[in-house]
Amino acid sequence: MEKQTISGKRKFYIGTLRFLMYLSAAITCGLVLFIVIYVLIKGIPNISWELLSTQPSYIDKSIGILPDILNTLYIIIAALLIVIPVGAGAAVYLTEYAKNKKIVAIIEYTAETLSGIPSIIFGLVGMLFFCEFMNMKTSLIAGALTLVIMNLPTIMRTTQESLKTVPQSYREGAFGLGAGKWRTIRTVVLPGCIDGIITGCILSIGRILGESAALLFTAGSAHVLNGFFQALGDPGSTLTVALYFYAKERGEFGVAFAIAAILMILTLLINLLAAFVGAVFKKRRKI
Amino acid sequence: MIKVRDMCLWYGSSQALHHINMEIPDKAITALIGPSGCGKSTFLKSLNRMNDLIPGVKITGEILYNDTDIFSSAIDVNNLRKEIGMVFQKPNPFPMSIYDNIAYGPRTHGIKSRAKLDDIVERSLRGAAIWDEVRDRLKKNALGLSGGQQQRLCIARALAVEPDVLLMDEPTSALDPISTSKIEELAISLKEKYTIIIVTHNMQQAVRISDKTAFFLMGEMIEFGDTEKIFSMPEDKRTEDYITGRFG
Amino acid sequence: MKKKKQLFETIIHGVFLILGLITVGSVLLITIYLIISGIPAIREIGIIDFLFGTQWKSTDAEPSFGILPFILTSVYGTAGAVVIGVPVGFLTAVYLAKIAPPKIKTLVTGAVGLLAGIPSVVYGLVGMLVLVPGVRVLFNLPDGANLFSAIIVLAIMILPSIINVSVTALESVPKEYEDASLALGATPVETYFKVSVPAAKSGIAAAVVLGVGRAIGEAMAVIMVSGNVANMPSLFQSVRFLTTAVASEMSYSAGLQQQALFSIALVLFLFIMLINATLNFFLKRSKED
Repeated sequence: MEKQTISGKRKFYIGTLRFLMYLSAAITCGLVLFIVIYVLIKGIPNISWELLSTQPSYIDKSIGILPDILNTLYIIIAALLIVIPVGAGAAVYLTEYAKNKKIVAIIEYTAETLSGIPSIIFGLVGMLFFCEFMNMKTSLIAGALTLVIMNLPTIMRTTQESLKTVPQSYREGAFGLGAGKWRTIRTVVLPGCIDGIITGCILSIGRILGESAALLFTAGSAHVLNGFFQALGDPGSTLTVALYFYAKERGEFGVAFAIAAILMILTLLINLLAAFVGAVFKKRRKI
Repeated sequence: MIKVRDMCLWYGSSQALHHINMEIPDKAITALIGPSGCGKSTFLKSLNRMNDLIPGVKITGEILYNDTDIFSSAIDVNNLRKEIGMVFQKPNPFPMSIYDNIAYGPRTHGIKSRAKLDDIVERSLRGAAIWDEVRDRLKKNALGLSGGQQQRLCIARALAVEPDVLLMDEPTSALDPISTSKIEELAISLKEKYTIIIVTHNMQQAVRISDKTAFFLMGEMIEFGDTEKIFSMPEDKRTEDYITGRFG
Repeated sequence: MKKKKQLFETIIHGVFLILGLITVGSVLLITIYLIISGIPAIREIGIIDFLFGTQWKSTDAEPSFGILPFILTSVYGTAGAVVIGVPVGFLTAVYLAKIAPPKIKTLVTGAVGLLAGIPSVVYGLVGMLVLVPGVRVLFNLPDGANLFSAIIVLAIMILPSIINVSVTALESVPKEYEDASLALGATPVETYFKVSVPAAKSGIAAAVVLGVGRAIGEAMAVIMVSGNVANMPSLFQSVRFLTTAVASEMSYSAGLQQQALFSIALVLFLFIMLINATLNFFLKRSKED
């Protein structure tokens, strides 16, 4: 019996699509590989202890990025300290308190809206509101507060997701023992949302680390070495903003690539951490 | 004619079917009965090689369709599935128009002409006794039909590629009694032109519509014969226990 | 005692309500600030002259503030990024959701996550030093910092959004649809493209709209590769986007010039709101499917 197979036309269609899919996936992976490797190769040789441990000096004509590293760290800490209680609190309100469906819908809609607004607009409004109206001037704290608003939806969403996994019976159990609403939340609900808060923190750190447009007009671009509290009130550039200035305004591509390599390594670590934490939480939930 | 010879099937390391031997008659309805997990559905899905899609499945033995082993390299699985159609447990029309649902198969196999497609769509819908109910809304989404109508649409969709064999995997288990009896009537009328193999949980259904019945238990085919005989004087004690409702 | 406890619970409830409303307050704040600070310049310049004027000369003695070049650049740039990024992202998504073996899927998904995490300025930097010179040589131009380079960078940057959202949509297509298609003799690839993709079309549309939002809002990467001159858009000319118009002049602007920048931000905001509404429409429909 002669083998009957599908028509040549179909084979061609299938083969073409298959090829295009492999090609697209290869392009995507190739791009990632290229960018990562290119940045690391161009950047790592430019990273030196001196670069990491000093501040720029016009007298020595030297560039150091220690202030930028510290500023990045400060701004992450300041933003997280504020955004975690607010974001987690909002999530607790939505899942535990809110009875009015309209309010829930409005809050969720605004959270979605917030996550769609481009960072340059956050930067602009942050400048108008925090720096000018609230009279904070261009400062790390103004930048941190702008980032708080940007990252609210992230923390809210991850916390909400983990709150949904707290079984209703736990809450009922606590109520049944005569615990008040707040006590129930504090003892039963909040411990259950630690997963979500941690996940949200990791995602937010990644986002803050990569943010530049929102910080340009709010936190500014100074490279001065300061302590935490002193720094919050002063302008200061984060690593990304510093990268932008060294590359675009001063043509210092060596320094720019060194910073890019540092950012790339941190991004890699954060992505791995997020994947690891995600796997751990998933496993824990199954048990 | 489908002949099954010494067929075994494994999911990974656990054996799901043991040495099945069967000769399924043409232009008749063969019912596969047995308790849940007995392997009847797995067996049915082997006949059009839908089990190929599950990772770790291994099959030995032969299934001869028109005297060719369906697992041999002489068979193209896509053509096999065109000739051996399938209707699933849950009605599963595509989320597109009624017309496009029916035309999907023929189009896939290369029929482009609008007139030909129109003809196939009408013929298939008539064949599945649903033409009169949907003729005025062929362009409407198939998901708007009732469950019973959806299942008949799925039968029409299977008929549209002109199969010889129709596999039905508990086609009425998700339907109400009225829809169920419509599908049963349809099955009986279809056996004039098609070989039908139907998996059913419902023993009354097997009695009502099938000519032959095979009883499966724990991956083995215990007994196979005329439906009348299986249900009146089964040879095997286990068959008798099952049909008298002692287990399952 | 009991009353005290009740009061306490009410206060706690109130605190959480306030925390919940901060999001609402933020959106209101942003909207109101943009409207209040964006309207004066539009009124002074005239809405027609502002939106449809083709000349942006903010620092001339006789300044003109027409932002049509920025609007068109943003629209063309986004469209170009979508034309290039969507096919690649969509096909990658089908591969990941349907064909890729688990190990490769994990790997590629990780790579896509990394692509999403790379800071804009790093894209800008690599674009400046690889893409811009490349485009210059390839097309034999005096300068490679132009709309074309920006489009390529944007196309890469929107890939993760398109891939992730499409994969989710494709994975939630019921297996029954695919089984039915295979049982009719369609091959797996035919099944994915003729049944799974149409069934996931709302989700894939949402992915594209999300990509559009990302592209139109991107500032820093684009400012580094697009040349940043307020020309009417043309593929191989130096151009300025709505976002980069704001970013490039804000630091030294004052008076009407600064107010006009706020107006540009307002226009950008309106675009984003429109895109958000479209996105919600598709997301809702994709949930109903």
